[in-house]
Amino acid sequence: MSELFEIWVYLAERPLVWLTLTVLMYWAAHRLYLQCNELALLNPVLIAVVALVGILIVTDTDYGTYFEGAQFVHFLLGPATVALAVPLYGQAHRLRRMGLPLAVALIAGSVTAVVSALGIGWLLGLEPDVLRSLMPKSVTTPVAMGISEKIGGLPSLTAVLVILTGITGAVFAMPLLHLLGYGPEDATAKGFALGVSAHGIGTARAFQHSEEAGAFAGLGMGLNALLTALLVPVINALFMLAW
Amino acid sequence: MIGTIALLLGFQLTGEAAVRLLDLPVPGPVVGMVMLFAALAIRGAVPDEVSTVANGLLAHLALLFVPAGVGIIAHTDRLEGIWPILLVVLIASTLMAVAVTAVTLSAMRRLQQGRGGK
Repeated sequence: MSELFEIWVYLAERPLVWLTLTVLMYWAAHRLYLQCNELALLNPVLIAVVALVGILIVTDTDYGTYFEGAQFVHFLLGPATVALAVPLYGQAHRLRRMGLPLAVALIAGSVTAVVSALGIGWLLGLEPDVLRSLMPKSVTTPVAMGISEKIGGLPSLTAVLVILTGITGAVFAMPLLHLLGYGPEDATAKGFALGVSAHGIGTARAFQHSEEAGAFAGLGMGLNALLTALLVPVINALFMLAW
Repeated sequence: MIGTIALLLGFQLTGEAAVRLLDLPVPGPVVGMVMLFAALAIRGAVPDEVSTVANGLLAHLALLFVPAGVGIIAHTDRLEGIWPILLVVLIASTLMAVAVTAVTLSAMRRLQQGRGGK
């Protein structure tokens, strides 16, 4: 037993164990999700994160040690984002025709994401610095943190809110869209809505639906990063006037 | 496969450089995505190998967000006391954004086509 413990103490300090556990937990979570008929609440990202957080707490491991291993998976986010151009190019013939509808939907969704978070948060009595940290929550982490810093929010709180928004979108968006009457053939609208409101984690969820949904989610994520960066400073200025 | 990996990393690197150089408000990989899209449009087709590797990487995109998600553990003190309210705000706001985006897109397309169907 004590020998096993010593092996664990040795391995827990190495990147390999955390890299392996990250891939393993995701694999197991994904299998569970498929076996339960893709039950929305069993979203693989959510379950894998909860399981790994549990393991880190039980083994008293800090995030820095964990990330030394997990960074090899994390690093692939960059090339994967670049790779989004490939499915998007597959939809290129439809993009020109859809330019205006996509632009209007982007603006409507982007404004809704920012103003609803600000409005509901204000009604529920959140402090101004928390409200500012909330506003850019629907866009990809590096952009959201940059915006938060610029308007006087707390970038590290924003990082957490961005992740939680992504998981929220990945879990609830598809059931909601189903309720609104969107079927399997509406991949374009479903994907674009996921990308605009829940960035990369929403885009990953869209790719589980279809390549077409994933392509439009990637497009929505990229466009909303740009629009939110322009929009939030303006909305924040209006909010300051009204405060 | 190696060629495609070099291609993706090359566009990411170029994107990062462009962001620093031009002080753009978006991340480097997003600029890299736009550049690769432009390159594919100029070429007029996606090479089979690029298509295989890109789609393989994107099929498991969800896995790549797990390390960042576990990062919540490092910021739990920030959420203390306000997390139930934040959860309500995030769920309500995200659902509203999803519904508004999808419904607006469908309505605009119906308007454009001038007849039924989403």
